[in-house]
Amino acid sequence: MPTSILLVGTPKGAFILERAADEGGGPDDWAIRGPLCEGWPIHDLIVEPGGGALLAAGGSPWYGPAVWRSEDLGVSWTHSSVGLTFGDDGGTSQEPIKTVWSLAVTPDGAILAGVEPAALFRSEDRGATWSQVTGLTEHESRPTWQPGAGGLILHTIIPHPTDLQRTWVGISAVGVFETLDGGATWEPRNQGVRADFNPDPHPITGQCVHKFAAAAGEPETLYQQNHCGMYRSSDGGLSWTDLTANGLPSQFGFPLVAHPRDPDTFWIIPLNGDDRGRYVPGASAAVWRTQDRGETWIRFGDGLPQQDAYLSVLREAMARDTSEPVGITFGTKTGQLWHSDDDGVNWQLITRDLPEIWAVEALVRD
Amino acid sequence: MAVVLLPRSLLALFPGVERRHEVDGADVAAVIAALEGRVPGLRDRLVEDGPRLRPHINVFVAGVPADLRTSVGTDDTVHVIPAVSGG
Repeated sequence: MPTSILLVGTPKGAFILERAADEGGGPDDWAIRGPLCEGWPIHDLIVEPGGGALLAAGGSPWYGPAVWRSEDLGVSWTHSSVGLTFGDDGGTSQEPIKTVWSLAVTPDGAILAGVEPAALFRSEDRGATWSQVTGLTEHESRPTWQPGAGGLILHTIIPHPTDLQRTWVGISAVGVFETLDGGATWEPRNQGVRADFNPDPHPITGQCVHKFAAAAGEPETLYQQNHCGMYRSSDGGLSWTDLTANGLPSQFGFPLVAHPRDPDTFWIIPLNGDDRGRYVPGASAAVWRTQDRGETWIRFGDGLPQQDAYLSVLREAMARDTSEPVGITFGTKTGQLWHSDDDGVNWQLITRDLPEIWAVEALVRD
Repeated sequence: MAVVLLPRSLLALFPGVERRHEVDGADVAAVIAALEGRVPGLRDRLVEDGPRLRPHINVFVAGVPADLRTSVGTDDTVHVIPAVSGG
């Protein structure tokens, strides 16, 4: 029987929730395991294609950064940070790596890791050893990079699904970059994206990208939730169109999740604004879905608290599985985990007592 | 040989590793290098770029706060203790 699995990253370790895939979404249906990874703060969790190993990105305030790996669905873990370093001279960074922030797997099985302070590392041996992709931090704009409220973090990595030479990354508050040559050189991809907090609202870099994702089956179509708007690109990030005026309640939010099969559909959770408390608008929780690439939006709040809900959802804390209809899950900064079995239309609370939720990943396994 | 005592939270990262070790090393850096030979990956948990001890890792040699360059005598006890920090 298929099993629905949720991987959750928090400042107090990783958690794994499981239930039979055909069960309801009530809290009693889910079994919770954790905290895993020895209680280390975990910013991202992914499933390695093929073998199905779990990878967790984190950093301990005592013991530094590492990537954790489990071959048995989280029962046992190993960790490594061999090569996760800027070198004893500090390399291009002024400070050592604090934590691993994001993970992705390339089509040829390499693992990419984004770290704080922002840099990209690559592993060719399933995470045992790492080497820096120095072309990114050697970009001419590097001396101007400034952190967002969450730090100078490389939080999003999108390998092109077929072209091994191409990868996009997102750095706060620096913007989107793309490599066309396997990481040797990188180009900013921020044209059309506003930076309202900057004297020049259209700099080449300095945009505060919060999250972006590629449309299913269309790697040139990218959707981006930014500090200053919701955007779509149809040309691989060369230019972006602002979608905020298409009925969204706010230009501000963090997570964005693309449909696994439909390139027109993605979900977001708008928050009320960077200077208004950063919680759901009107303290009324909702997930917003578009089915036409951001031209129109539908608000879904059924099952979610509609008053006195001062909830915030962070950039990595929403995920979708590959079910039909799609299962969507998001976690809040106050430890509640919400799940929908029907494309994000109706919602049920799974648990309200986790630590601050930093990351969610969802999968269905036979 | 010096005696090194490792903290529980560090041992949890390396299943099967004992708390107490007897190692040779003229200073704290050499002691940690010797431990790395027995427990691959351990140095990364204690030392960051610089190299220097991680900010919230305290090492004491014969009860005195130490850094990587602190000398270690053959009869010394080296305590590795995570700082009282967190939330």
